[in-house]
Formats: sequence, structure tokens, C-alpha cells
Amino acid sequence: MKIGLPLLAVVALAALAWLGCEYLRLQVLFGVVLPYLALLLFLVGFVYRVVLWGRSAVPFNITTTCGQQKSLPWVKHDRLENPSSTTGAIGRMILEVLLFRSLFRNLRTEKRGARISFGSAKWLWLGGLVFHWSLLVVLLRHLRLFLEPVPVVISGIGAVDGMFQIGVPVLFLTDITILAALAFLFARRVLAPRIRYLSLPADYFPLLLLLGVVISGILMRYAFKVDMLQVKEMMLGLASLHPQLSMSAGSALYVHIFLVSVLFAYFPWSKLMHAGGIFLSPTRNMPNNSRQVRHINPWNYPVQVHSYVEYEDEYREKMRKVGLPLDKEG
Amino acid sequence: MHKGTRIIAFIAVFLIIATMPFLANHGQASADPEVSLDTPAVNEMPVKQCIEPLQDMRSEHMQILDSWRDRVVREGQTTYVNSVGQPYEMSLDETCLSCHSNREQFCDSCHSYSGVDVYCWSCHDGASNNSNGGVE
Repeated sequence: MKIGLPLLAVVALAALAWLGCEYLRLQVLFGVVLPYLALLLFLVGFVYRVVLWGRSAVPFNITTTCGQQKSLPWVKHDRLENPSSTTGAIGRMILEVLLFRSLFRNLRTEKRGARISFGSAKWLWLGGLVFHWSLLVVLLRHLRLFLEPVPVVISGIGAVDGMFQIGVPVLFLTDITILAALAFLFARRVLAPRIRYLSLPADYFPLLLLLGVVISGILMRYAFKVDMLQVKEMMLGLASLHPQLSMSAGSALYVHIFLVSVLFAYFPWSKLMHAGGIFLSPTRNMPNNSRQVRHINPWNYPVQVHSYVEYEDEYREKMRKVGLPLDKEG
Repeated sequence: MHKGTRIIAFIAVFLIIATMPFLANHGQASADPEVSLDTPAVNEMPVKQCIEPLQDMRSEHMQILDSWRDRVVREGQTTYVNSVGQPYEMSLDETCLSCHSNREQFCDSCHSYSGVDVYCWSCHDGASNNSNGGVE
């Protein structure tokens, strides 16, 4: 059920686009209206979520620290694991985003007899890293369809990605790696009993949707053979806000576009939003400088205080009568 | 908003990256590539017909060329028989480029438009190695 529903949803979405374009000729809907709508939802949703996070309270300095705090000059300071300045925090954030360093520290905990043992568990880190980097390269490669003339950097990425020149059209390495990484991430959820127990439809749906996007893209390149000229004309039309449709580009293209649209529309409202959330994690974006700078909760409201001086002023006579010691003999 | 400047800067950077294709294409009319069939050899043909039907050539020309390369170089075959039984020599220079002698206006116009990096020309010199002499 937890897998079945998302799987059904992705298959139904793909079938919807296929039928809509193949038989109902709804190219305008799937090729223009829905992509624009999805992008709008993506942009608005992303900004909304970021603003929402930006407005929430950060009452304490809660940096996660995994190394020696800045201390006396002869104690070696771990600048990356325990940043004491904003620069250090930025450095750690960059490495976190690019290399997933905190996931690299992932451990497997097992009970062996009466003892608990910890072991290194790097597979999730590796699978995640391969997937995210492949996705980045795939996204950058797609820019050749949106930019005219194609920048040298973009065609260069494509050339490096297809450097083994296997088959025609040239096999892109990232097509293989993204497929392998997604298959691994999916298999991990299905095969590891504890992870399967924890997984929800909201975990399976993005994985299966991404698989749908990747598979439809690969099929479009090798099996259904959409006309690249028409695709580029269409994408340039979309990007210059003068959409021009091609009714003959093949329904496979519209399936791919529709699944990507769903992904974009779904993005800000789901766990995929970790893309923006990572930058707003208080445990990662704050320097650990609580011994140098007092972290004042910016949401503190003014509290009415009654200091001891005021207290003594108020009760001085009574205190003197019962013989209590006074700071100031009034 | 706490640290509002940073939040707004973050949102601005995100919006610029996310809408990059729109910003790059702003106010640009997309010019479709010109695929020219205007060569002496094509103009002389009574029926303008490539070795296979147009639609197949559009989608399959790369596979045809790839299989030609393998069959010529690895298996020593030289003759291709097309779908209506007509024989052609399996040669990019002698067959394809003898009619399409305008590589820049024919091959390159589409390939550079759609950002396809072809490696035909790393061995073949499409500009001058052409027995028909269609191109200087």
C-alpha cells in the first residue's frame, strides 16, 4: 500500500499525459499551461517556505559541533567541524551541500549479544551523492535546449558526460549513474526491513516520480525518438514566453514534460524542499561562537523585572523592623 | 524577520538561478535554424529523395551512419541496400556529402542549434574530402 499508491500515481500521471496527447490532442495543456503553472507553483512555494522558515524563532545558538571548539591558542581548533566565525560556517555549509559531510558520518548501530556496536555506513552517502551530482549534470545538460546559442560550458559538460562515445545517440554516463543511484535508493527502502517500516508514501512518491522522469527521458532519446529541432523550438518558445507548440513532436516528450512539471509543482510542498532547507538549518548555518557573542533571542519580548534594589527600596522599613540585613541603610 | 537581509538575498539568488532560462531569453525571438538543401547535386535530382524516407532519416540518420561505420571498418562490407532495394555505397564522404556538400548549412545548422556534439568530423574532413567537388 505504501509503495502501491505512489507507484500507481506515477504510472497514472504518465498514462494521463500519454493519452491526453496521443488521443485528445491536449498538447496545449501538457506542453504550455501545466509547465508554466508548475513553475509558478515551484517558485511561489519555494519562496513561501523560505520566508516561513526565515520568520521562525531561533531562540538559541544550537550549532551541531563535531570537533574542538575555538579555545586557548595552543588547543587546535577544528575550523570546519566547529566553526567560530561566519566564514567558517559558510565553509562548512558549502562542503555539506557539495559533499554531504554529515551523512558521511552516518553510522550503523547493531546489537551483538549484549553489546551495542557501531559501524560505518557509507552506502546511503554514496548513493545520495551520486544521485544529486548526476541530477545536477543532467539539469545543466538540459540547458542546451533553453539557450541559443548553446554556451560552450554546457556543450562541454555534454561532451565530457558522453566521452566514451558509446552508441548513437551517445550514451551519457549520468543517465546510467542517476538510474543506478535511484534504483539503489529505492531498493534500500524496499529491502532493508527497518527502512521499509519507516518509509511512507511521501518517501516513495518522489523516488518513483524521479525514476519516471529519468526513464521517460532515456526512452525519448533511444526508443521513441523525438525530433530535437522541434523540442528546442518548443523550449525556446517557453523560455521566451512566446510558446510555440509542435503537435508532431511525439507523446513521449509530453510524458517527460508532464512528469517534470509534476516534480516541480510537488517540490516545495514535500521533503524535496530540503534543497532550500539545508541552507536554513540553524544547526548548520550558525557559527558556534556562544562563548564570544551572546546570542539574544530576537523574539524576546520586553519582560517587566523587579530588581533587588527596587525590592529593598519597597520593603526597607519592614525588613529593618524584623532585623533582615540591608544592602543600603536608607 | 530575523536576518531578513540574508533571507531576501537567498531568495533573490534562488529566483535568478531558477528563472535563468527566462532571463537569458528575455525579449529574444527564437530563430529557427535554416536547413539548406540548396546544393548542385540536390538541385539536379528529379525527385528529391534521400536514401531512406525523410522521417526515418530525421530520426535514424545517426544510427545508419554508426552501423555503416561498423560494417565498413569492422566487417569490410561496402554496399548498403535501402528499404526499397536500391544499393548505395556506405560512405559518409562519397554518399552523404556528395549530395549534402554544404556541411555548415546542412549538418551543422541543426547540430549546433540543438547542442549535439557529433564526432564525425574528428576523422572525416567534411569540408574538402568530397569527390563530387560540391564544396571548394
